[in-house]
Amino acid sequence: MHNKKRLMRVLGGGAIYAATFFLEFDNDILNIAMFLLGYFIIGGDIVWKAVKNILRGQVFDENFLMFIATIGAFAIGDYEEAVGVMLFFQVGELFQSYAVDQSRKSIAGLMDIRPDYANLRRGSEIVKVDPDEIMVGDEIVIKTGEKIPLDAVVIEGGSMVDTSSLTGESVPREVTVGSELLSGCININGVLTARVTKEFGDSTVSKILDLVENASNKKSNSENFITKFARYYTPSVVVLALLLAVVPPLMYSDQGFTKWLVRALTFLVISCPCALVISIPLSFFGGIGRASKLGVLVKGSNYLEALAKTEIVVFDKTGTLTKGVFNVQEVHSEVMSRDDLLELTACAENYSNHPISLSLKRAYGKTIDNTVISDVKELPGYGVSARIRGKEVLVGNDKLMKKMKISYFKGEIIGTVVHVAADGKYIGYVVIADEIKNDAPGAIQALKGEKVKHTVMLTGDSKSIGEHVAKKLGLDTVYTELLPADKVEKLEEIFTQKSEKGKLVFVGDGVNDAPVLARADIGIAMGGVGSDAAIEAADIVIMTDEPSKIATAIKVSKKTLAIVKQNIVFALGVKGAVLIMGAMGIASMWTAVFADVGVSVIAILNAMRVLNIRSSYNSAVPA
Amino acid sequence: MKKTFKLVGLDCANCAAKIENEISDLPDVISVTVNFMTTKMNIEAEREKMESVVEAAMKVVKNIEPDVKIEKV
Repeated sequence: MHNKKRLMRVLGGGAIYAATFFLEFDNDILNIAMFLLGYFIIGGDIVWKAVKNILRGQVFDENFLMFIATIGAFAIGDYEEAVGVMLFFQVGELFQSYAVDQSRKSIAGLMDIRPDYANLRRGSEIVKVDPDEIMVGDEIVIKTGEKIPLDAVVIEGGSMVDTSSLTGESVPREVTVGSELLSGCININGVLTARVTKEFGDSTVSKILDLVENASNKKSNSENFITKFARYYTPSVVVLALLLAVVPPLMYSDQGFTKWLVRALTFLVISCPCALVISIPLSFFGGIGRASKLGVLVKGSNYLEALAKTEIVVFDKTGTLTKGVFNVQEVHSEVMSRDDLLELTACAENYSNHPISLSLKRAYGKTIDNTVISDVKELPGYGVSARIRGKEVLVGNDKLMKKMKISYFKGEIIGTVVHVAADGKYIGYVVIADEIKNDAPGAIQALKGEKVKHTVMLTGDSKSIGEHVAKKLGLDTVYTELLPADKVEKLEEIFTQKSEKGKLVFVGDGVNDAPVLARADIGIAMGGVGSDAAIEAADIVIMTDEPSKIATAIKVSKKTLAIVKQNIVFALGVKGAVLIMGAMGIASMWTAVFADVGVSVIAILNAMRVLNIRSSYNSAVPA
Repeated sequence: MKKTFKLVGLDCANCAAKIENEISDLPDVISVTVNFMTTKMNIEAEREKMESVVEAAMKVVKNIEPDVKIEKV
């Protein structure tokens, strides 16, 4: 609205300006009157602001300086230039305002996950209400194509859910009765009825939006530098302008006063540091927005900036590089079929809820017939014994076998080994191990591609498992058999290997590694959606389970910083060049206006390139 | 405590920086951020002082950018 008025004024004033040239009045007074009329229509608001600001003692206000520059031109008799420069300046400002608006919109578009309404079920009717009004325990209905408005649990129906807006993951997730729904996802097919588990303010969508919006409050070093620079830039240029107007005419009596005054006025036009002040926060904001679209939540511009200097990446193993889910890797049977051995093992472990028992039962996959099992005894630290179809079955670790004096397989096996014996005789073993995540090897490769010097893994697991995983993934160093408290200590040790400027990144699952996350230069938590603890503890949250996103985050960081640097060099370069040319009398006021608003618009357009950064690992991520 | 305001029509980045700078110099202000991208202003002050701080901050905004409308969030 504000801009529309401005546009009308610029158009109207521009028409009068053009008319003045066209009509070419013989009368000088009439000409001046026309120029003045055009001037005040185009730049009236600037004059008004200038007057108000100078009354408040704001000498270094851009409006005031623009006013002085143009009024100066009038005073010298350069009427055309005075009005023209004001017109050009206002057009530039309009462009700038439009460009900023557009970029705000396209960045906001990246984060377009805010639901507009929720379908609340009240008795037999369904009403559309604001998500804010919904309470925990309310029932909502999510129709096909709608956004899930609040975090909830499905109580009726089933569907596929598109989580890409939160996780960057393009494969839809299946939900059925009992599944948790995260707000911000889209229901693809089928109608779901769900019970709300969190109020809107606490729901995932609100948290993520909050985080991304506030991320740009934590300013990067580049931003702080520019803000400081801007504070000195304007006064310096004004002082230079003053010197330029006064000193040369005093030193050389043959030099005309007007000639140097024109050059000084040129300086005033370039006195606003706008291009820098606008484009740098914009680049960071865009980078953070782009990263969130790729499934990486960055909690501050400072972290995005630091990430580019990543030198060492330290990983936790379980849940970060591996799935954190134990699965049967191998069944070795001495006497019976492998399926029978697995059945015996699963039956013996039927009443246990230990992760290992669960994985055995999952591997067996069939329903267990309770009637064949009796006399189940848990032997803590050893395993279980049970009578199955009349056989005395022992299932457990090597300590159990030793205790029962049963000879067992003693070769090197990577993973957790469960030995099985029946009626005092060894019949085989099952190997259970955590599985490496599918993208983990690629993730380490991609980090090397981003010039990360050192990759390290910390784990509480045994040496053989740890080293096996590290070798498979191509990690440089591995530290095994660490207690949780040892991890911080190890991290301190790794810190000493880092160069002064480089950054150390720790990647964990955010569940029980909060101290390590906090100690690292940048703490990254994996699989953070829905986990408040992880979001709280980390500086960067990877929304999916994919470690490959770390390289993507580093890439976004590097590209963003490259654009920031380009803009700083470009803006300072052009301004510097025009200042020098202005002092020598080569650059006109028109060039100066370009150096001011033109450079801003170009810098903004350049900043928007951050929105095109692609994932560095797979190309399946939607643009 | 913290309060957030939306500065509608804030389209000059340098002014945003000036506003932030001047408000941070006001008495009783613990912290202030003016985010040019989201056009949001966060002010932190003691609960008892909040009212006077907000009043003074509004004046600063009006002075630097008279066209900006301040809305509560």
